Order: sequence, then structure tokens, then C-alpha cells
Amino acid sequence: MTPSEGSAGAATGRGRLPAWAATVAAALLLVLSVTMAVTVGPAEIAPTDVWRSLVDHVRAALGATVDPTATLGLLHDGIVWDLRMPRVLTAAAVGAGLGVAGAVMQSLTRNPLADPYLLGLSSGASLGAVAVLVLGVGVLLPVAAFVGAVAALAAALTLAGSLGTITPARTVLAGLAVAQLCAAGTSFVIFWSATGDSYREILGWLMGSLGGATWSSVAISLGAVVVLLPVLLASARTLDAFAFGDTAAAALGIGVGRTRWALLTVVALLTGALVAVSGAIGFVGLILPHAVRLVVGAAHHRVLPLTALVGASFLVWADTAARTVFEPRELPVGIVTAFLGAPVFALLLWQRRSASGDLA
Amino acid sequence: MSLHLDHLAWSVEGRLVVDDVDCTPPRGALTGLLGPNGAGKSSLLRLVAGVQQAAHGAALLDGTDLLTMPRRARARRVALVEQESSATAPLSVREAVLLGRTPHASRWGGFTAQDHAAATRAIQEAGVQALAARRLATLSGGERQRVHLARALAQEPDLLLLDEPTNHLDVHAQLDTLAAVAGLTARGVTVLAALHDLNLAAAACDHLVLLEAGRVVAAGGVEQVLRPEVLEPVYRVRCLVLEHPETGRPVLTFAPR
Repeated sequence: MTPSEGSAGAATGRGRLPAWAATVAAALLLVLSVTMAVTVGPAEIAPTDVWRSLVDHVRAALGATVDPTATLGLLHDGIVWDLRMPRVLTAAAVGAGLGVAGAVMQSLTRNPLADPYLLGLSSGASLGAVAVLVLGVGVLLPVAAFVGAVAALAAALTLAGSLGTITPARTVLAGLAVAQLCAAGTSFVIFWSATGDSYREILGWLMGSLGGATWSSVAISLGAVVVLLPVLLASARTLDAFAFGDTAAAALGIGVGRTRWALLTVVALLTGALVAVSGAIGFVGLILPHAVRLVVGAAHHRVLPLTALVGASFLVWADTAARTVFEPRELPVGIVTAFLGAPVFALLLWQRRSASGDLA
Repeated sequence: MSLHLDHLAWSVEGRLVVDDVDCTPPRGALTGLLGPNGAGKSSLLRLVAGVQQAAHGAALLDGTDLLTMPRRARARRVALVEQESSATAPLSVREAVLLGRTPHASRWGGFTAQDHAAATRAIQEAGVQALAARRLATLSGGERQRVHLARALAQEPDLLLLDEPTNHLDVHAQLDTLAAVAGLTARGVTVLAALHDLNLAAAACDHLVLLEAGRVVAAGGVEQVLRPEVLEPVYRVRCLVLEHPETGRPVLTFAPR
């Protein structure tokens, strides 16, 4: 079989996992990943005990007279429910959100190297976070990061809009300008006022970390995913129509400018909320969409749900590795995703070397 | 009842690109849109497709103004094939053709059996059955152009706009494409095609509109428009019009002035 026959098969379904089967498998994998990840760590806990404890907690919350800590014991119950579970759930929500945000961004800008941070979102969030960490600005870190991200987006879109129609190229360039400015601001603040103690905290945040995840992190990230992800999933048909560019999309009855504004705003709000709890975790929003497209093709109604599920599992395991591999020291999860992600990305590029030049 | 472009105008940066274009391409016919580079052929097609908003005028299809219709409703009646368009996503030919069903399909659900049937018909009509399972990126330029035609046909348009449909194609592929277009006009689709090759226009078109600097300088049957005294000032060449010994249609040769 020649390379071109192989890629034709990959695009049309021959010898490929059906999309529904891949999605079901990914959903099961996610449930399994969350349950397993909670058991990994210095305290040994059996997966079945996690499930039993979950049932107890739900029953107790519903008013049944059970002691929810009976299954695991007080200490382990605290480890699971106060430390590991919020962290694992935050990882899942952040992974799902970043994956889909990246896939949508790549389609909207027609740029295979686009990621959720393209419009200066992470740089804006970093500036907000560093302002809190270094300058002691009196607001909560997630709030400052979110405000920074949204401000960066507003600046980028205003700049792009003031240049005329919001074309992909203008959007990317405007985002680049904003990102550079915010990055310079962040570096300046760190260089000027950071002390030895705050350096590690800042670095951890800049690289992305789920170390501080609490139930409020779960509420923010999962809340954003539950509200905003369906909007993006519902726009699958519209995103498909962008495959041949703006003119073709307009000729298919899509309001191109309006759609791009609306979807970029949704992506930005979602990414802003995720960055606020986890910092700028890289690679999830860049690589996973490409990997998923290789498995199920380019149609968004298959790519987006699967990217969400795979992204969630991926980040759950990346974060589990981040907190356990060098125990008791903890790596920022952004380092782990890059260590895992960069070789996978290189492998994808290498696999596609025979195709006729289009990397996406 | 047919297509009537009613005093269409559009300018960019203060320059009139489409200047008060008023013409009536007949229904169920192939109308060639001729003119030198920059005459406004592509811009006019983009205006009629609603991709670019006209500053002035209307495009009446059977009496309804296409330009004021809702986008999706318009996309069910008018399809546009661009001069060149490439995909960044790894689509198969069939997936690319199915995109033509976007204005017909519901926004939420998947494609229906009706959508798939329309895509299959479009693939047959454009003559790309043999390519249906191929990946778009593996096709030649000519094959890809036919796939874009199939995507436009899947929209089931009454009016088909083609921007240089034979550009970059070899002679055989050019004739193939025009044969497919002839099949469409035979079943009542109105086709407006921007063309560079005047001999191709002479051989294939039913009606011609000649543009210069955004204005219509001649419109009518092939023999009426393809005359030396009409073409020479517009293209700034010397032009000799012969008669094809088999078809009786005009054959043109050119020389510098």
C-alpha cells in the first residue's frame, strides 16, 4: 500500500476505529483515569474503596445516616476528598477545556500551530497573576489572572477589528502584539521586584500547575467547561464550513465575521477561566486536536467531543506524574505535558512526512 | 424570469471596482464574464454571492433580491466556486462535497439521508465518483477544481458562480469542466463564469458580458461581443476573428498593436 492510499483510508474510515467507538472508549478511559489517579500517591488506596467512598459521600449528602469517612478512614478520606479529588477533577476540566479551545482556535484561524493562548490570553493572565504574587495586589489570584486574560483578548480583538475585517492573519498578528507586550510587562515586574521566595511560586504558575487546586478550582474550571463547552460543541457544523476559508464559508451561508467574534470570545472566556486556576499549561491545546484528527478525521462533530475526553484523561495522568515522579518534590504540570507532548508532536510530524505538505 | 444584476456597485479605498453593472444573464445558460485583469470580474461574482456587500444595487433572481436575503436562504440558491481555495484540514473528497449541504442541513443534527443523496448526485454530476474516497490533498489541481464544483452542486443552487473555473487546467480538463457545466445549464441552472480564455468563451458560452474597469462595455451573444472593434480597445491588442470550420463559432487570434 502506498502512502497516499494509506492516508486516503485514514480520511474515509477504512481500517479505522469508528468515531462512536473511539468516543465511548475515551469516556470509559476518563472515568477509569479519574478513579485511578485518585489512588496514586504516598497513601495507598484501592480504586474500589474510592467508588464506595463516593457512594457514601453522595448518600450522606442526600441525608442518609452513614458516616462518609467510614470506608477510607478519617485520614485517607481527607487525602482523597480534600486533596486528590479536587486536583484530579480540576485537571480533567482543564484538559477537556484546553483541548477543545485549541481545536476551535486552529479551525478559526486556519493555523495548525494555533493554541488556546494565541490571542495573548496566557500572557495577560500571567501579568495578572504576577501582579498578585509579586506586588501583593489585594485580589485573589484566579480573579486577577482571569481579568488579565480577558483584558488581553479585548485588546487583541479591538486591535484586529480596528484594522478592518477580522481575518485569521490579523487576529494572529494582533494577538502576537498583545502577548509580547504582556510578556514584557511580566518580565519587568519579576525582574524589578521578585524576591527569592516568590521566584519559585511565579515559575510554578507560569509553567502551569495544579498543585493548589481546591474545590473552588473545581467549581471555576468545571463550571466554565459545563457552560461553555456545549456552545463550542454545538458550533461543529459552522467550524466545518471554515475548512476552505472565509469566502467559501460565507458562500455556504455563514456570517463569517460575526461567527469568528462570537467563537473567539467563548474560547477566550473558557481559556481565561482555566488559566486562572492552573496557569498556562502548554501543549494540551496544541497537540491533542491534531492527534484526534489523525484518528477520526477532520469533522468537528467527531473531533471536539473526543478531544475533550482525551484531553481530560491526558491532563489527569500528566498531573499525576507531576506530583508523584519526584516525590515529595512536585513538578509544574506544564513541564510534564511539554516533555510528553513535544516528542508526540514530533512523531506526528514525522508520520505525516509523506503527505502532500498540509500538516493539519 | 432570470437573473438581473441591477446597477451593482462596490468600491474599495475610494476606487470603484464594480461600477454600475447592469446586465441580464439568461436563465439556464452559461454566461461568460470577460475582461482584462482587474476589470472587476471576481469582485462582481463576490457581490452576487453575497460574500462582499454591495454598496449599491441589487441582484434579482426570479424577481427576488439575493443581496437582501438571509445568508442561509441565499446559500441554498446561489453557489460560488472560487478561483483557488485550499483546505487546511485533512478532508476526504466526500467530506468536502458534503460541506455544500451546510445551508440545507439543520444546525444541530448530522447530515440526513437526503443530504447524503444530494452529495452523491453532485459527485456524479461533477464526474468525480472515482475520487470520492481520496484525500483532498492527494488530488491534482484539475481534480480539486472538479471537487469544488461538486461541493457547489451539493448546495443545489439555481445560480452557479464560477471564478476562472478552467484556470491552471490542461486542455482536456478544461473541456471536461465545461462539459459538466453544459449538463447543468441543460437542466435549468443559470451559470455565470469569469473567464480569461476568449477562445474557450467563444466555444462554450451562450451569452457574454465584457467588463472594463468595472463597467459593462458589451453584452450579448457570442458573435455580438467577440468582434475586433469591441475587443481591441479593451484588451489593447490587435484581434483577428475567424470562423471555426466545424462549429461555426468564432476563433480568435491576437497580435500586439
